[in-house]
Amino acid sequence: MSAPAPKDPGRLQGRRPSPRRVWGDRLGTLAMLVATVLVLLPVGMILFQIAQKGLGTMSWEFLTQAMPYSYRKIGGGFFNALVGTAIMVGLATAVAVPLGVLAAIYLTEYGKKNLLATLIRFFSDVMTGVPSIFVGLFVYTAFVLPFGFGAVMGAAALAIIMLPIVVRSTEEMLKLVPRELKDASYALGAGTWQTTVRVVLPSALPGITTGVLLAVARAAGETAPLILTTLGAIEIVTKLVGAPISALPLAIFDGARSPFAAGQERAWAGALELLLIVLVFTLLARVAASRSRISR
Amino acid sequence: MSEPVSPEALSTASSTRAERFRRERTRLGRRADTLFAGLTALAGLLVLIILAYMVLTTTNVALPVFRSQGLSFVTSATWRPADGQFGILAFVYGTLVTSAIALVIAVPLSLGVSLYLVEVAPRWLRGPVAYAVDLLAAVPSVVYGLWGVFVLLPLFLQPAAEFLSRTLGFIPIFAGPASGISYFGAGVVLAIMIVPIISSLSREVFRAVPVEDRHAAYALGATRWEMIRGAVLPRSRAGIVGATMLGLGRALGETIAVALLIGSRAEVGASILKPGYSIAALIANTFGEANPEGIRALVGAGVVLFAITIMINMAARMLVWRMVER
Amino acid sequence: MNENTISLEENITATERGSEGPAPAFGAPSVFTVRGLGVHYGGLPALRDVSLDVQPREITAIIGPSGCGKSTLIRCFNRMNDLIPGAEVSGEVLYHGEDIYAAGVDPVTVRRRIGMVFQRPNPFPKSVYDNVAFGARINGYKGDMDELVERSLRRAALWDEVKSKLRKSALALSGGQQQRLCIARAIAVEPDVILMDEPASALDPIATVRIEDLMQELKQEYSIVIVTHNMQQAARVSDRTAFLYTEVDEAAGQRWGILVEFGDTSDIFTRPRDKRTEDYVSGRFG
Repeated sequence: MSAPAPKDPGRLQGRRPSPRRVWGDRLGTLAMLVATVLVLLPVGMILFQIAQKGLGTMSWEFLTQAMPYSYRKIGGGFFNALVGTAIMVGLATAVAVPLGVLAAIYLTEYGKKNLLATLIRFFSDVMTGVPSIFVGLFVYTAFVLPFGFGAVMGAAALAIIMLPIVVRSTEEMLKLVPRELKDASYALGAGTWQTTVRVVLPSALPGITTGVLLAVARAAGETAPLILTTLGAIEIVTKLVGAPISALPLAIFDGARSPFAAGQERAWAGALELLLIVLVFTLLARVAASRSRISR
Repeated sequence: MSEPVSPEALSTASSTRAERFRRERTRLGRRADTLFAGLTALAGLLVLIILAYMVLTTTNVALPVFRSQGLSFVTSATWRPADGQFGILAFVYGTLVTSAIALVIAVPLSLGVSLYLVEVAPRWLRGPVAYAVDLLAAVPSVVYGLWGVFVLLPLFLQPAAEFLSRTLGFIPIFAGPASGISYFGAGVVLAIMIVPIISSLSREVFRAVPVEDRHAAYALGATRWEMIRGAVLPRSRAGIVGATMLGLGRALGETIAVALLIGSRAEVGASILKPGYSIAALIANTFGEANPEGIRALVGAGVVLFAITIMINMAARMLVWRMVER
Repeated sequence: MNENTISLEENITATERGSEGPAPAFGAPSVFTVRGLGVHYGGLPALRDVSLDVQPREITAIIGPSGCGKSTLIRCFNRMNDLIPGAEVSGEVLYHGEDIYAAGVDPVTVRRRIGMVFQRPNPFPKSVYDNVAFGARINGYKGDMDELVERSLRRAALWDEVKSKLRKSALALSGGQQQRLCIARAIAVEPDVILMDEPASALDPIATVRIEDLMQELKQEYSIVIVTHNMQQAARVSDRTAFLYTEVDEAAGQRWGILVEFGDTSDIFTRPRDKRTEDYVSGRFG
């Protein structure tokens, strides 16, 4: 192999890669930009149009009154649905959060990498992907058939949907608690139980709150499982078992399917109400998340 | 349940106070610890129990229909509850077709946004744009459905469907008469719904590509696009596949938006511009008026949907897990 | 990536490869002429007033205590600092007399001529073969790719070790092999200069010796600039040495690197002119 000749490096000024390469780069960048615009477009459209169409019907009456007896009738509101959503999401949260947090504590503090923990971790992930309508079918067959439609059935479905979200997000947050903090507690003679309750949970609280709020937002927007478990109602229901009950997403769905303008308009206002609730929860989740970053 | 630090080992000081403290802890603390450990393990187990219970009860309820229909439950497209004929092929077909359409649209868009956010966008723009994209994930599906039917349908879906059949109508999948209420319409709305899922995951995957890889490509005189194709994409392949499958899992199970946009016609046809049906939409739409056997059949359809999504999800999780662990 | 039209640049590359025999003399004698070079990151100084020359077919070493801006300096030579948001470069870096930071100079063209090997081996997650062929492919190389890959791997003293596993993933190689693969990858685009940013710092002693041997061979064809924190390595391999040192402004709470001394390696290590150089090379600090 003869030593190759030294290279004439040539001038740099004005020298560019071949036109094909330059254009490939430009086209690639353009494609990314176009994709971004195409994704942002529906975001803007949804927010703007829900606000625009919803505000037309939104009123104090809408927020505080129950539905009229016919979709055809103008007036009335979704207060009954709001009450239903509050009851069911509240119940679901009360069940899913303690269970989810306990399970997460098992994963980080006890199970760690053993077989059971790995299984729980994997199947919680899998469970977040179970279609919500299937959860509805399950609650229907297991609880509605023997006990009838009702708020508790809807709450059970929502709790099953929330549970894996709470487990996994809480686990992530517990993992972030510094080892030194736990060691300090153990070194003072505290047991795992005391360390977890007094040191680990408080310092992970903002992060756990984020996960819970996101789970709540998700549950508040669920429609499909409620079709099969609560059926819907037009009056305000506070009975927990044995009485069909409405929820915001359910009322919107019925309004959207109704052929009457009044029903559709209420659906828009309901969509605005639901979207605001969901966005407030996601926003609160962000705030909690930024808190947890500061405290770290 | 083992303890990371044994308290006995710590209290070597032989003062009586420490001695007493240790004894107290052994009695009370020990018991509380064991109880607490058991409680958390139980809560963890509950996740597995619920999942198993879900599968068992639903399958059990659907069993008579599975028995009476046999294999024709999934191979027949005849759904006539009045005659006791339950073939869900048309619904399975609709579920798969709408999800495929959603992926074809959503995957390139999601990858484009993610690459833009990770590689191109100026720093100050990244946060707001990422936040806006993630906002799509927060919108409830019933809101998508409402917006899809009353805004997107007249504004875009119907004209787009007609345009497609006019220009590409000679290809069977775009054959007319075209309708916005169709596989296509449902697929487009599904695409918007799964973009945030795919893009938030792929963003993380792209961000995980080591900066050394990027610099290596740049140092060889690559343009930015060549760097992306040569260094970023190959490293992210498994992650992208995983993200896509998670999006697919969501699309397969989505109910409300599809129920409002797919048209509810149980047919297996080549054209995506015609009304169709999906499993989830079938359950949501006909559940109220079904007779007892019909309900068993709907539960059976739900079990099939569950089986499809679970398999996709498990495969996706394994891919994503493997990548994260590496 | 086949190309029907050959751009000006590829034309030159093609004729280069064909030419044999002695080199024509061209341009300024120095490969790099650096005058008054400074770098700021987000408004804070990182490097100030560096002036030095890099000669062809020599190894120029940049040494100094950690945090003195060695990596910052070497990344100025192929405009890698452009990739760091908020980085600003002032002063002049002339490459064969031409300012590489001038308007109208494309950093992609610069990097195509001035290759770089990094601190940690960073092969792409592709096969050994595809790693070496990467640069040539994006540059639209139309010659015999197999031959180019073999030649580059031979020059990087890696051929015999990997010839049976060209299609295997590069990530399966040992750290030292990966680093030589990165060198082969840089060579394959036929650069004029190779920059090496602590190329052996992540390697074991045996792999380090192999890289150092390789540098001596590569010196026959390329100009090499190497950053190293290892003074013995600088003394062993380099012809010239630049010693950088950190200056601190306590009042402003700022620190930046300056060039203390630049000269023949033997002078730097045996007859340093500056007290700080003497202290450093004799191991009194750093």
